[in-house]
Amino acid sequence: MSKIIASAAIRGAYKLVGQAEKKWQEAMDKWGAKEPVGFPNTAYYLPVIYGMLGLKVEKLGDMEAVLKRTKSLLPPPVKELHPLPYLAPALDAGMATFFAEEIIEAIRYLEQPDFYTKQEDITDNNIWLGAADDIILRKRGVEFVDGTATGFAAILGAAPTKEIAASIAQELQRKNIYVFMAGENEGKRFSEQLVEAGVQIGWPTRLVSFGPDVTAAVFAMGFATRVAMSFGGVQPGDYRKILIYNKDRTFAFAMPLGFVTDEWYANAAGAINWGFPTIADTPIPQVLPSGICTYEHVVSNIPHDKIVARAIEVRGLKVTVAEIPIPVAYGPAFEGERVRGDDIYLECGGGRTHMVEWVTSKRMEEVEDGKIEVIGPEITDVPIKSKLPMAITVQVAGRQMQEDYEPILERQIHHLINYAQGVMHIGQRDIAWIRISKQAVEKGFRIKHIGTILHAKLHQDFGRIFDKLQVTIYTEPEKVDEMVAKAREVYKVRDTRIEGMTDESTEMYYSCTLCQSFAPGHVCVISPERTGLCGSYNWMDCKASNEINPTGPNQPVPKGEVIDAKLGQWKGVNDFVFKASRGKVDHYNFYSVVTDPMTTCGCCECIAAVLPLSNGIMTVNREFASETPCGMKFTTLAGTIGGGLSSPGFVGHGKYNITQRKFLVGDGGLLRMVWMPKMLKEEIGARLKVRARELGVPNLLDMIADETVGSTEEAILPFLQEKGHPALTMPPILG
Amino acid sequence: MAEVVKKSIDQATIEMIAKAKTDECNIVFDRAETTKACPIGAEGSCCSMCAMGPCRVPLPRGKEETPEDKKKRRGVCGATAETIAARNFVRKIAAGTAAHSDHGRRVVSAFLDLAKGKTPGYQIKDEQKLLQLALDMGIKIGDRSNEEIAIELGETLIREFGKQEGELAFLKRAPLKRQELWRKLGVAPRGIDREVVEAMHRTHMGVDQDYQSLLLQGSRTALADGWGGSMIATDLQDIMFGTPSPVASQINLGVLKEDEVNVIIHGHEPQLAEMLAVMSRDPEIVAYAKSKGAKGVNLAGMCCTANEVLMRHGIPIAGNFLQQELSIVTGALEAMVVDVQCIMQSLVSVAQCYHTKIITTDPRAKMEGAMHIEFDDHHAAEGAKAILRVAIDNFPNRKKNVYIPPQKTDLIAGFSHETINYLLGGLFRASYRPLNDNIINGRIRGVAGVVGCSNARVTHDEVQLTMVKELIKNDVLVLQTGCAAMASAKAGLMVPEAASQYAGEGLASVCEAVGIPPVLHMGACIDNSRILIAATAMVKDGGLGDDISDLPVAGAAPEWMSEKAIAIGQYFVASGVFTVFGVTWPTMGSKEVTNYMFKDFEKIYGGMWAFEPDPIKAAQLMIAHIDKKRKALGIDKSRERVLYDMTMRRQLEGA
Repeated sequence: MSKIIASAAIRGAYKLVGQAEKKWQEAMDKWGAKEPVGFPNTAYYLPVIYGMLGLKVEKLGDMEAVLKRTKSLLPPPVKELHPLPYLAPALDAGMATFFAEEIIEAIRYLEQPDFYTKQEDITDNNIWLGAADDIILRKRGVEFVDGTATGFAAILGAAPTKEIAASIAQELQRKNIYVFMAGENEGKRFSEQLVEAGVQIGWPTRLVSFGPDVTAAVFAMGFATRVAMSFGGVQPGDYRKILIYNKDRTFAFAMPLGFVTDEWYANAAGAINWGFPTIADTPIPQVLPSGICTYEHVVSNIPHDKIVARAIEVRGLKVTVAEIPIPVAYGPAFEGERVRGDDIYLECGGGRTHMVEWVTSKRMEEVEDGKIEVIGPEITDVPIKSKLPMAITVQVAGRQMQEDYEPILERQIHHLINYAQGVMHIGQRDIAWIRISKQAVEKGFRIKHIGTILHAKLHQDFGRIFDKLQVTIYTEPEKVDEMVAKAREVYKVRDTRIEGMTDESTEMYYSCTLCQSFAPGHVCVISPERTGLCGSYNWMDCKASNEINPTGPNQPVPKGEVIDAKLGQWKGVNDFVFKASRGKVDHYNFYSVVTDPMTTCGCCECIAAVLPLSNGIMTVNREFASETPCGMKFTTLAGTIGGGLSSPGFVGHGKYNITQRKFLVGDGGLLRMVWMPKMLKEEIGARLKVRARELGVPNLLDMIADETVGSTEEAILPFLQEKGHPALTMPPILG
Repeated sequence: MAEVVKKSIDQATIEMIAKAKTDECNIVFDRAETTKACPIGAEGSCCSMCAMGPCRVPLPRGKEETPEDKKKRRGVCGATAETIAARNFVRKIAAGTAAHSDHGRRVVSAFLDLAKGKTPGYQIKDEQKLLQLALDMGIKIGDRSNEEIAIELGETLIREFGKQEGELAFLKRAPLKRQELWRKLGVAPRGIDREVVEAMHRTHMGVDQDYQSLLLQGSRTALADGWGGSMIATDLQDIMFGTPSPVASQINLGVLKEDEVNVIIHGHEPQLAEMLAVMSRDPEIVAYAKSKGAKGVNLAGMCCTANEVLMRHGIPIAGNFLQQELSIVTGALEAMVVDVQCIMQSLVSVAQCYHTKIITTDPRAKMEGAMHIEFDDHHAAEGAKAILRVAIDNFPNRKKNVYIPPQKTDLIAGFSHETINYLLGGLFRASYRPLNDNIINGRIRGVAGVVGCSNARVTHDEVQLTMVKELIKNDVLVLQTGCAAMASAKAGLMVPEAASQYAGEGLASVCEAVGIPPVLHMGACIDNSRILIAATAMVKDGGLGDDISDLPVAGAAPEWMSEKAIAIGQYFVASGVFTVFGVTWPTMGSKEVTNYMFKDFEKIYGGMWAFEPDPIKAAQLMIAHIDKKRKALGIDKSRERVLYDMTMRRQLEGA
């Protein structure tokens, strides 16, 4: 910390703490101490305050103790001549700044409830999103965990022009880095500049416009703090662990653009506590020695065309971006971007035309690597706002290639195409749907580039399991229909084979420790009939992943001797889990929520819980934000059981797992299911009906209560009794 | 003036030496000229352990010693030059250890009195440290009061002195590898007093007559100082008087004030000084001073008492060891209040040239011709006031020959281990990580402890100052205690601005980042235990090996004079630190013993002694040792920045 930075940061902290105190006093006068305050839909209260101090701010009155603590952190100003050591006081002042900012922002939510959109997207007249709620945190957090997002840049202020803003944002997007934006410089704001430049902002494109004021920067810190608590399993109040966790695992940095005010310095100093360095475009003093951050703490005066690369280096981040030879930008950040009505140049599938995607393996001599053919009209052959049928067929060959890998490669097509800027892709197989924007076409994007993407990316990610790959894309109706028919035959065969796989007939399961970057104690073991709790990995995926990367996060686990067939416990699995959890967990059961269930990292799709009164279980999906009959919202549940713990009575699982035959069979299986959110019932209803028929209770879905019936155990019980739910007559669930 | 310049490089000192001459007052610098050091004693070749001697067995000068000559070099009892040199050396260790540890014992009894509510003037100032130390010592906290905990803690620690078996409790604070080494070598001290007594016994006529065996007991005794008596003193002083944190103050004779009653506290134990600091601002005392024509009472420190009250209260320092008489020579000193250690007996005769009252306060340390006002912890406030009244009463007695040299320098002190830990990361991220990181990345080359005394046999302050400047120029962070620290402070090395002026670029950049001087004041000589704790904290933070001897660190006492310095040096060496002394070396009479301590010790302890009076050469020896350790750690070359991808993040150990 240079003296100048420390002095400014401490001054800035005084200003913001003063502001918070004033706001709080005014709010107290107006609303009183009992008025509830907080950020929307979160189980982490004001997250920085909760994480650092362990204090829950639920009412205005709760802020008094926080303010007292905040003021105690404010050091005396730095003397000009012979100053006392200033680094530590400035870091403390930075922390005080965040506490103050959370108070200011929480009071803003109280005073102006509609100041922020409180959702993932901007609206027509409001671009300010405000704090990420827990649904966003978990959904986006998963990307941090699995590496599709490598970190985040907290941008304060604005670039000199909107073009520079757009180019910095795009470079960050291409490097898989989230952009969190707050504050203004000379009346301009980075978020607004992006909108002016025609860039789509919001969580889906990873360009997150938190708020117009510098105080919104605290939402970025709240996000990081919650990542440590929800995925890292660090306890609130264990500030040191939360901060070091972020230093080691959350690759974030601050990027102030424009004149650095005292308040900005205060935020930058605060962020250093988390190990997040500052990379500035102005000639502020530098702080190069390492220690609190992994490398430099403050690096300055970086030209805009080098600032992203420099920031990544300073933060110690390795980003490998494959250059895909297509004329538009490419990366996960563009996955969430939408192509809307007026922008569409070409649309295929989605019920409007036929569309199919099909990967098939061939003999080596049948495939010419890199050959890309478009059979039928190219995009340049049709006018704007056209619709065409489309069949994307991919032929692969190689010594390691197995038929089982075909669906895995095929499933990649969705996100790989979606990563291209200006191209939107939805669905898969014969329900695929694609839109190509006119902006993309203007930049030179063609149908053949879909082939270019698939060839390059599949080679890059799955090169170990095949040697050659060619792509043929049909846009002629007859050819497309022919391909749809052929593909449907193949889908049927595949589905039957997968359906036929059982845990009993499989000796080798696979581990998944992908999440250990964020949840170091957690180990998933995936069997054919228990897919990964995050919903992203099934047994076959893990097998392929292991083939591709034999030392990677998916390792074969010989299940070994059966310890408990009913609950699903094997010696080989236990041994593996003990080692891979670094001794934290020595056994768990695959098929039980009651008895030593499998651990959860925090990124599970659903959480099942025992409901003793109904003698059954409930499950809730991540997207459902309200109360559930077990007395906790999803986010509270995830906070309680996440972080690699085995919590009897609760277990994380994937949505697909609900309709798998082994779903909690140790406790009685699917027939125990007494409550699910309506949206989940709708999502998996079709499959659930099939499984229910197998179980001899064809109308099970109608017997399962949802929030329209009630959100407490007492409220749903009469419904279950009326419907004659099978769980009520099953043996007692708790022993 | 020319020959005066050779005596010191400190301008205030130079001026006062000249004034003493004018005032016809005999001072230490004069006696150093008239009284030559005994050359046989200097090399450790004089044995006065029995009445058959004293026997002199000096090394022949100007010629190589033949094996026949060597055989003749024995005392009447047959003791070899080796045994004699080693016995003399071990006795110095015993004396030094006794001094620090007796100080420690006094602190524990004051602490116990405080805990029992018998000393109304004092309170527990650092509750956190009390609880931490209690936890370390396995004392139950539960919902017991601080006083209850303190009583049990005090009683546990007082037993450390008289313990006969087992080992000292604080040894467990050392790196595990070091503890095992001590046990393996049989040098883990059992009880503080027991080791001193055994050292005295084994050096008695006709007992232990194997120099290697003697020196093992020397180590065991010294460790009972550093990891025993000294450490106990520091920790309890922190609990009672507050753990030091950064504080600004001033140093040199210029802190004395013409228009105030000047009182200097001199010696080593802080209890009285603490109370004088409070009482000097007492309205009644201030009013009394005013009634005598003074504006108030100006308290300043001298020697290690000065360091104690500087570190905790920012009370200015008048000077180091060789300036004690000179503060009287100003003619502006009303009273010098002394307790124990490093008090020159000549104070009384110097005071006779002026009006100064020399007041002894400790029953263990009286001086002929001085006034004795015994200080009793139980009535601390009254005692302090009585002393101050004597000083105030003396104010009107100032004579005409008053001259206070203008020199005073700003400094920042207060760098305790706990404070360094905080300063490197703030409340939420406190750790030694930034220090280790910057050592690993080479901005900081290493860390040196430069400690010790002032010695009239060399140019005052020059040796340490030259060494310290050479070290920081080469990016070595310097930690200091005692009178050595004061030499740097007077020269302006203890303000943050000194970093850009004197330190190498790498060290300067770290100092600038943290806002610290390149030379850190860690307290009194008893607080060298803080350096041991800091070194252990560096080991524990990781990346720099697993023992103190792996660290790129070195120690030095370039202007040492007291036996305490020898004890300190030996506990540093036995803790694994390469330690260089200047001025003179007390085992030169035996090449074998000297060689053993300078070379073979490294194989035994990982740390060893060296002697080099030239400060630049000595600094270079330290730097060479630091570089050797850097090489062994594999941090001698600049390393590529590691960029992390997801796989590497997954492999990180659990948070």
